Amino acid sequence: MNQILGIFDGVSVTIGDSLLELSYLISALLFVYGLKKLSHPASARNGNIWAAAGMLLAMVTTALLHKNDAGNPIPLANLIVIILAISVGSAAGWIIARRVKMTAMPQLVSFYNATGGLASALVGLLEFPKAMAGNFGSLLVTVLGLIIGAVAFSGSMIAYGKLDGKVGDIRAGYMKYVNMFLIVVTLAFGAWVTFNGGQPAEQMWAIWLLFGLAILYGVLFVMPIGGADMPVVISLLNALTGIAAAMAGFIYHNQAMILGGILVGAAGMILTMLMCKSMNRSLLNVIIGAFGGGGEAADRDMGIMKEITVSDAAVLLNYSQKIVIIPGYGLAVAQAQHIAHELDTLLESRGVEVRYAIHPVAGRMPGHMNVLLAEADVPYEKLVEMDHINPDMPNVDVAIVIGANDVVNPAAYDDPSSPIYGMPIIDAHHAKNIIVMKRGAGKGYAGIENFLFFNDKTRMFYGNAKDSLQKLASEIKNM
Amino acid sequence: MEHILQYFFAYKEAIFIIALSIFLGIEVISNVPAVLHTPLMSGANAISGVIIVGGIILVGHADLSRISVDLILGILALIFGTLNVVGGFAVTDRMLEMFKKKKTQKAS
Repeated sequence: MNQILGIFDGVSVTIGDSLLELSYLISALLFVYGLKKLSHPASARNGNIWAAAGMLLAMVTTALLHKNDAGNPIPLANLIVIILAISVGSAAGWIIARRVKMTAMPQLVSFYNATGGLASALVGLLEFPKAMAGNFGSLLVTVLGLIIGAVAFSGSMIAYGKLDGKVGDIRAGYMKYVNMFLIVVTLAFGAWVTFNGGQPAEQMWAIWLLFGLAILYGVLFVMPIGGADMPVVISLLNALTGIAAAMAGFIYHNQAMILGGILVGAAGMILTMLMCKSMNRSLLNVIIGAFGGGGEAADRDMGIMKEITVSDAAVLLNYSQKIVIIPGYGLAVAQAQHIAHELDTLLESRGVEVRYAIHPVAGRMPGHMNVLLAEADVPYEKLVEMDHINPDMPNVDVAIVIGANDVVNPAAYDDPSSPIYGMPIIDAHHAKNIIVMKRGAGKGYAGIENFLFFNDKTRMFYGNAKDSLQKLASEIKNM
Repeated sequence: MEHILQYFFAYKEAIFIIALSIFLGIEVISNVPAVLHTPLMSGANAISGVIIVGGIILVGHADLSRISVDLILGILALIFGTLNVVGGFAVTDRMLEMFKKKKTQKAS
């Protein structure tokens, strides 16, 4: 392994060095290949395994073949510490991954994202004093990696807390200005740390202060963002973690880290844009504009909501031909996806066609609802995307809205003052009948009145989604 | 200006990689069906745990003769990075397993 292959640019290169770089190339290719396969349903699981294999390869070869600048390999004692640390991290990660409920997936992804961001920030923090004074290029990537990683860390922790119901929103108008001020201060200070030309090792106070500022910004950046915007925020934070890892790749001149990080960053940005499009909002609007409330609807005469009894609902469903279920986060919270599937198989056995209409931002992260329904064994082809179901809505006998609110609010079409005006929605109001299952008469997560609930064709079915569906299913069974 | 050109030259390979990987990322992910958004995101999240390589290098060449703040932070970086990698891939696999289970049922 230590046999010298030759001398390039005045540096002697051994077989081990070459093998290490070769393994990084293979890892990088495996990341690309895995991600490619991950984006097709049939090959997704294999894709994930290929990407994991790439990661394992990079880890093993780094531990065995990496040399520091003095040309020394990693000593055995350090290797043991590495293996211990990896074992601890692996065991914890594995146990959490196996135990988590599918409804808690957005929290989990946020949490993992936070750990990745923190790791990047710590690497930046520890590499900073080793940088040469005046080497602006390497100082810049170190400082950027630190800032982005720290923001991704604290932002993801707040997102985790919010999704888990542990942290509330701050929706004060001044937050916008506080955040703009803070981001400018953080970036300006980062620029100063990078370009002042002093010895980095003597400026540890500055790098710690920068770390603190970035953490604070991450917290305040996510605090005002409402629940409806969570899918955008999670995708964005995910992209940031990737970019932070890529910056660290620059420090180590490690192409696998750069490529893997940027790949994730680009993928995360695409998902972010996709989510913004599904809500008809710009990214800037999500980041600085607090969401929710307002709209003239609050003052408008809405009419009255009309309730429906279990038996009436059961009769209506039983004698329908086409039913569309529109699930929202309420269904996930109530863990009602299994009983929803039970109801739909029951209705299918009576000759009723049942489909699920999935809004792109249903749930709390992109694609969350699909995962929940897959967990309940709802067949893939029954899930219809918004754009495909809407043209068929007028032919639908009953649209059952379960725990969804904003994604079926017609205010998106006709109330320019509403915060969700212009957002694409599922056209439940075009169905012949609408049943809305809801816990109570209150407003949705975004705090906006919903015209749909006051529609003449709409009947309200109050109660916990799971109990309501249970009652409905047993009523239909007895018919 | 001269400085910027100088750094561009010094980092030209890495900058090429970045520019090309952005396009690669966009190309690879475009047209992904909504059903895969969550697994794709958690899988990509696991890949961003590639920072673990940095953690290994840090701890690998750290001075073990005394317990320093640096050593502890390095070990923490390694632990958190692994948590991200292993947890991310494991939970992605668990989700995709559910999709697969359904497919075989349909076939039978």
